[in-house]
Amino acid sequence: MTGDFLTPLIMGILLGGLYIIIALGLSLVFGVMRLVNLAHGDLVILGSYLSYTIFTSIGLDPILSLVITIPVLFGLGFLIQQYLLRRAFSISGEAPLIIAFGISLILQNFNQVIWTPLSRGISTGYSMSSFFLGSRQFPISYLMDFIAAVVVMLALREFLSRTYLGRAITAASQNRRSAQLMGVNTRMIYGFAFGIAMISAAIAGVFLGMTFPFTPVSGTQFLIIAFGVVIIGGLGSLFGTFLGGLILGLVQTFSSYFLGSASQMLFVYLAVLIVLAFRPQGLFGR
Amino acid sequence: MSQENILEVDNIDVFHGSFQALWDISLQVKKGEMLALIGANTAGKSTLLDAISGLNHPRKGTIRFQGRDITHLEPYQIVDLGITQVPEGRGIFPEMSVLANLLMGSYTKHARTNRNQNLATVYEHFPILKMRKNQVAKTLSGGEQQMLVIGRALMADPKLIMIDEMSLGLAPIVINEIFKTLRGIRQAGLTILFVEQNVKKSIEESDRAYILENGRIALSGNSAELRESEAVRKAYFGI
Repeated sequence: MTGDFLTPLIMGILLGGLYIIIALGLSLVFGVMRLVNLAHGDLVILGSYLSYTIFTSIGLDPILSLVITIPVLFGLGFLIQQYLLRRAFSISGEAPLIIAFGISLILQNFNQVIWTPLSRGISTGYSMSSFFLGSRQFPISYLMDFIAAVVVMLALREFLSRTYLGRAITAASQNRRSAQLMGVNTRMIYGFAFGIAMISAAIAGVFLGMTFPFTPVSGTQFLIIAFGVVIIGGLGSLFGTFLGGLILGLVQTFSSYFLGSASQMLFVYLAVLIVLAFRPQGLFGR
Repeated sequence: MSQENILEVDNIDVFHGSFQALWDISLQVKKGEMLALIGANTAGKSTLLDAISGLNHPRKGTIRFQGRDITHLEPYQIVDLGITQVPEGRGIFPEMSVLANLLMGSYTKHARTNRNQNLATVYEHFPILKMRKNQVAKTLSGGEQQMLVIGRALMADPKLIMIDEMSLGLAPIVINEIFKTLRGIRQAGLTILFVEQNVKKSIEESDRAYILENGRIALSGNSAELRESEAVRKAYFGI
């Protein structure tokens, strides 16, 4: 085993892919609305449960289940913004944060009631199998995470830079007043931005469910990881989120490799702390 | 010049929270004119523009654009009708390219149809923007950023363009150049309302002017007459 850096290196990069997808929605909502969405992890887990239920009840392939979970989560996100957060935004800066926390608690309890506290996992034939690089063996699910991350990243980047709606979202995040003066209906835009963040949550949910087991309260754990990613990469920067995810994945696999898996999360948090101390805006933040 | 009024503001009161910023303001903008709105820092000029743009609705009074009551419309509806405000303080989208900034100007439905044509016109007025089109907007100089926000507003295909304090922090030579371009834009049939602190320059460049003081209109009239008027000379030119 000694000297074999390739295994943790590849595992870390692939695992980083999952973290990237989870963090993208958090980063987008913060970038556009300046809201730290404390319910993001739970919304991701809701996506996991929905895909799990669709897969186990009607046997639809988890990836294909996105056809259902994406519109459901998009709609849920749009409604959360338009009917809960929008009013809170007009009260104070903290009010939407508290609303988000409330949504988080409601979702965790909702998950408990519907799916029981048992740990679940989305196990298909392919998500359980492995692929080989030379003599090294890696789970296919990790590879799918990474591919999905790249696809979602590129799709989001193209959407934000090439479509009118995407450009309006970007513009509103950089100068809200100017965006309004150009004819952007910022109220609607926030709804769409939150909805789009929830699309990424649906995708994150299904890949998370195929990679790790999850429980009704797993959302918190993955919210913290998403925080770590955006803190390292810089909130609101897509490229930063991408590198932040890779760095976090690598820190986790390398510390697990050298020091044992018990301490891996300790080093993840340590890395976040170091970045916060020396570059609080994140490595690639503005 | 006795054309029809494109914009009519009638007796509006505007507040910032509980603080009243504008008192019983009435103002008319004639089609095709260059109108100056002059006043010191806290006179309420920007507040008036924001009221017209729908960012801060008046509590009293009405605003009509081409005969239509727009007092309580939302900003995006007002832009779509043809009023575009050029914000002060270089309201660019800093991380977007110059071209992406300009394209944001053509966000409204009616502006999208004429997008390429308007882009060509903007590049004609401000050739520097074409040269810098792929540059990130925040890397432009102050004058170029001002040209960018004016160009971006032109992309919205407006009938009335309202420019807030464009000369702030710019060299006189740059200001003159931008005013020269504005005269050209106005020749093409656009109505221009600009806000300035500099009384002399504003009166020189405009057909008519309103002078705001502490949220009220202190003086208004033809710029040529205002220049000769005793009151203006004493109060603003110090002669």
